[in-house]
Amino acid sequence: MSKNPEFVKFDKVDKSYDGKVLVVKDLQLDIAEGEFITMLGPSGSGKTTCLMMLAGFETPTHGEILLDGNIISNIPPHKRGIGMVFQNYALFPHMTVYENLAFPLRVRKVEKDEIDKKVDKALSMVSLNGFETRMPAQLSGGQQQRVAVARALVFDPAVVLMDEPLGALDKNLRESMQYEIKHIHESIGVTVVYVTHDQSEALTMSNRIAVFNDGKVQQLSNPAELYEKPVNSFVAEFIGENNTFNGEIVDIDKDKCKVKLANSEILANPISVKSKGEKTTVSLRPERALINPSEKMDNMFTGKIEEVIYHGDHTRVRLNLLGSSEFILKVPNSTSNLELKVSQDINIGWNSIDARALDPK
Amino acid sequence: MSSETKQILTTDGIPLEVSLKKAEKKNKIKAFLLVAPLLLFLVITYIFPIGDMFMRSVDDRMVTNMLPKTFKAMEKWENLEELPPEEVYRGFYEDYKVLVEKQEHGKLGQRLNKEKNGFNTITKRLFRQIKRNKIDESISIKEQINKIHKRWRNVEFWLAIKRTAPPYTMAKYLKGMDMYVASDGSIAQVDEDRRIHRILWLRTLEIAFFVTLFSFFMGYPIAHLLATLPMKYSNLLMICVLLPFWTSLLVRTASWMILLQQQGVVNDFFVMIGLVGDDNRPEMMYNKVGTYVAMTQILLPFMVLPLYSVMKTISPSLMRAGKSLGGTPFVAFWKVYFPLTIPGIGAGCLLVFILAIGYYITPALVGGASGTLISNQIAFHMKTTLDWSFASAMGLMLLTGVLVIYWIYNKLVGVDNIKLG
Repeated sequence: MSKNPEFVKFDKVDKSYDGKVLVVKDLQLDIAEGEFITMLGPSGSGKTTCLMMLAGFETPTHGEILLDGNIISNIPPHKRGIGMVFQNYALFPHMTVYENLAFPLRVRKVEKDEIDKKVDKALSMVSLNGFETRMPAQLSGGQQQRVAVARALVFDPAVVLMDEPLGALDKNLRESMQYEIKHIHESIGVTVVYVTHDQSEALTMSNRIAVFNDGKVQQLSNPAELYEKPVNSFVAEFIGENNTFNGEIVDIDKDKCKVKLANSEILANPISVKSKGEKTTVSLRPERALINPSEKMDNMFTGKIEEVIYHGDHTRVRLNLLGSSEFILKVPNSTSNLELKVSQDINIGWNSIDARALDPK
Repeated sequence: MSSETKQILTTDGIPLEVSLKKAEKKNKIKAFLLVAPLLLFLVITYIFPIGDMFMRSVDDRMVTNMLPKTFKAMEKWENLEELPPEEVYRGFYEDYKVLVEKQEHGKLGQRLNKEKNGFNTITKRLFRQIKRNKIDESISIKEQINKIHKRWRNVEFWLAIKRTAPPYTMAKYLKGMDMYVASDGSIAQVDEDRRIHRILWLRTLEIAFFVTLFSFFMGYPIAHLLATLPMKYSNLLMICVLLPFWTSLLVRTASWMILLQQQGVVNDFFVMIGLVGDDNRPEMMYNKVGTYVAMTQILLPFMVLPLYSVMKTISPSLMRAGKSLGGTPFVAFWKVYFPLTIPGIGAGCLLVFILAIGYYITPALVGGASGTLISNQIAFHMKTTLDWSFASAMGLMLLTGVLVIYWIYNKLVGVDNIKLG
């Protein structure tokens, strides 16, 4: 069976709750079968609304949602066959783990033996065998999370939706759960639509990420491209850290442009600027700027260290550079560590290709 | 626990438990002082009156104290089929003389008359004989008394006196269940046409049950609406639910009287829409219907509030989870939502039932003859017949009934499952 590249399709979907403000604007999004797609964005950006529309708890104000070619806008949630993992797990507190997992099978009138088999399989998938008779309240947060995942998968849905499922877990558990969910996805090949506001979660797990802001998808691409090549300032700002310079284009070439800052000029890579005189925000990842670069780089400046913060695996250095005192450098913790002291002057260099001139903020 | 458990010591060598007690002593005293006024208040206004009520309901010492010599002599009265021996007559005569001096003989006559009809007459005869000094103490008192009235020669009357000897009696409780101690000491039922209390008990239970049921079916959707509506609407609705609370009970009952009477608003409306004829207006008051309607409305908030507080804590995502997992809205409600509201249902039903079982004003005003409850009977004995010991006995029976219901509920559902808020 060939994978359907338009397994889930949002077709020109608008959503408004009050008839005044659009929470989702003209959403066009195709999700391929078996894909792990993440909707990433700040709160209020419309990502959860999209998920709820797909699950059937909200109806699109305009446009259609298609699942495997069928319009589902008029199908009630319980007939869509979409599994869902909720933010607070939504395990039924009065049922045991077994009953929780058996619920979707029982309402589908599955035979008792078959239920036992499927529940057992789902529990072993999340390595929780032997927990059948426990009540949800007797489980730790991470275990509840796994039960919720198992419950969403136990009835073999075509699509599983996850609404910030790891939000309530502590950092270490969250990271291990990220890998676990990713592995489950890889092993059973279900289509997953995942909603989160945590960018590192999105980068770790997804095939593709849709960055939401203001009801619109700002960029839809794979994690590496999203990080390396953000198409606008919002994405650059939202994904990872970056250093920004606001300025004006004074000269523009095919793959290089000169940006005039308050009292100096830098070379940058023109992404969303086209002509001279345009305002721009130049974005540069902290790890792309080097201290005392050995090779020739086309941006070389001297800055003064304002602050040094030790982070274990790396050291963050805040510099006063080109009139901004917010320039951040990440210095990896290696044996050849430099002596970094506050108010010391250091040389900084970066390639213009890494400095992306985007739309002005 | 293992027997080798070692006592844990603090660094100063004091046992940890002692040290902990010492550290918490001050807080405990403070906490106790804070609740002490309430405790005192409860003892004075609750535990003490209930104890007093109980004593009053079983107290029968009046005759015991009035006739000490009689009862002492009666211990030797062995053949109960024959009249008591001379000592009993003499004891009774001496006791009665003391009562005459204290002018308390009338009370005795009334009390004995309750035990056996006809006593009042013969004690009055005895009183007159004593006043006229007609009794000669040097000869047999038994023969002289027996001559006063033929009833004194009837052993039944002496047995009646003997029955009043114990200082405590369960007679009031038996009366509350339409039973009495027959002259031979066995427990008997009163005549069928005089069994009013049992009817009242059953009617009280029936009305309390149905009021609880009606409140539940009306309160559940309201509570659900309250718990799910957006804040600004739910506040308004909450005020509507609580409004009856802020109105005097009498005013509310009176307004139901205006609505329900035969020339009332509801009947007028029925006539207007042609549901009933003008000369055929149904009676909706002074019967059970009125009691049901008014009590359900008045007790509804007690059902809604516990339900609301429980429903408020149920995450809406649970219902969503139920639906997304394939349950129809009804299945999601029945299997997921409803079981989670059981603590609230338990609390609400228990509250309404217990309040309804002791309800007084509303049934008194709108209940009429067929809609009154046991509490109205208690009030009747408190205010009209002044038989306080009987009123106390019935009050305690009601209290016991409530405790039994609570116990059954605890067995069935578990009290720790109750959630009032």
